[in-house]
Amino acid sequence: MNAATESAVKFDSVLLDWKGAFRLDRLSLPLRSDEDVVALRRHVRERAVGIGLSLVDQTKLITAASELARNTIKYGGGGGAHLDKLADGFRNGVGLVFVDDGPGIPDLDLALRDGYTTGGGLGLGLGGSKRLVDEFDIDTRPGEGTAIAVVKWKR
Amino acid sequence: MERIPILRMGDLLLVTIQVDMHDRLAMTLQDDLTERIVRDSAKGVLIDISALDLVDSFIGRMISNTAAMARVLDAQTVVVGMQPAVAITLVELGLTLHGVKTALNVEKGMALLGKNLN
Amino acid sequence: MTTKDNAARISQIIQEHEAEIGSQWIAQLEALLVRGTNSAKEQLRSHCQQFLKAFANAVRGGELENIDHRSWDDVRDMLAEISSTRAKSGSTPSETATFVFSLKQPLFNQMTAGFAGDAEALGTASWTIGTLLDKLGLYTIEVFQKAKDQIIVRQQQELLELSTPVVKLWNGILALPLIGTLDSARTQVVMENILQKIVDTGAEIAIIDITGVPMVDTLVAQHLMKTIAAARLMGADCIISGIRPQIAQTIVHLGVNLEDVVTKATLADAFLVALQRTGASVTIAKN
Repeated sequence: MNAATESAVKFDSVLLDWKGAFRLDRLSLPLRSDEDVVALRRHVRERAVGIGLSLVDQTKLITAASELARNTIKYGGGGGAHLDKLADGFRNGVGLVFVDDGPGIPDLDLALRDGYTTGGGLGLGLGGSKRLVDEFDIDTRPGEGTAIAVVKWKR
Repeated sequence: MERIPILRMGDLLLVTIQVDMHDRLAMTLQDDLTERIVRDSAKGVLIDISALDLVDSFIGRMISNTAAMARVLDAQTVVVGMQPAVAITLVELGLTLHGVKTALNVEKGMALLGKNLN
Repeated sequence: MTTKDNAARISQIIQEHEAEIGSQWIAQLEALLVRGTNSAKEQLRSHCQQFLKAFANAVRGGELENIDHRSWDDVRDMLAEISSTRAKSGSTPSETATFVFSLKQPLFNQMTAGFAGDAEALGTASWTIGTLLDKLGLYTIEVFQKAKDQIIVRQQQELLELSTPVVKLWNGILALPLIGTLDSARTQVVMENILQKIVDTGAEIAIIDITGVPMVDTLVAQHLMKTIAAARLMGADCIISGIRPQIAQTIVHLGVNLEDVVTKATLADAFLVALQRTGASVTIAKN
């Protein structure tokens, strides 16, 4: 996890500091193995339940987390995730940041469009995950790594 | 190593997924099912996901692949018990589970399989 | 005189003169009671006695400024309960706060006697107790407000439930008449409800009737499509009925693709289709 945390510093700090929202209770988890993804899902659910997200919103968030975590491992060569509790003065939310030191995503536009795939998957890529969350930010640098931040607010 | 149990009922195979599967376990299930279809000359596969509160693209792919392989082996697959929140999420995600029949519960799933087999 | 000494002394005064303070306080409150039934008076009396004891205890704890301190837990819990009960039974927030504020006079009376000859100490003690009771009074208003808010939330939920009635038309066939204008947020909730009802009743066909929906926009149409897709993933199917000419125009105009969705003008037509799908049929007996 240390390598990933250090590399995270390279990334756009705005991404990691949530554009001015308060972040609390940061939990950082490694993403290197299958089991790590399962653990991540469990923690995300705890957080989601903790801020009172509806069942559908919980499911959407955890599914997005699962997708992004898998991307981190499969395409990013492993890395980590930060789970934050967010408060912007009006509402509470759960923020997730996925970081890796991998090759980065060469064509971001293509990746965000549905149907993009490199690993023989269903071609869902990031577009699908983006639809499941309220906010989606990505900072990727070819040869250096990728950081993806998502937020789900309590309605 | 943990495996998800597969029950045999006549020429039907029944799988109930109750754990949060990690990817390897899902792949193992896919392999096990394919092997059992051949070994037991199964004509139908019923996958009960009523206990699953999460189905992501990997699991979705596993289900689609299993159904596709079953079809090649002349067996039908029915997925039952999908929870509403999961269905809504899959629709949003854009996952269609193409080629997979679905039913609300095991009873209806078996009826569906029975109808198509006769 | 330190706060601790003050606290100890005030606490002693309260304990020694509990009965007098209590009766003066109750007398004031009874005078204000609009509904003077005997049971109401009984309850008031018991509230006062319990509160006074808890108050004296808390004061003895030495913390006289921060009512969130744990020595005030019992007092706050008691006030919260009294406040909630009153909110539900229709009292005004003032009536509830008055419960606390009217304790000031009897207390001051006893304290004046108790601190006789020490004007400065009396002044400090009066100020401390006064502010303390103000805070407690405000606390009751906050709790009161929260209780009212909860009632409103619950009523909103009930309203939402009412707006998605479910009618079981036949075995495995549900009708869900949607009523009223659908905004994006409400539509999502309604759709989730429909799917849950499909699971709960085990219905294979859900007829979503939109006769009672005056207008459909792109977002609502999209939600409808998503709901149908979700229902299919679950093993059920939906038919949309009650499409009025204007809505039909809007749907075509918006370019919504309804190709693989069965739509009928009336609920009756949709019901017939649903019956056929489930293998049933209607025969008219000839007389």
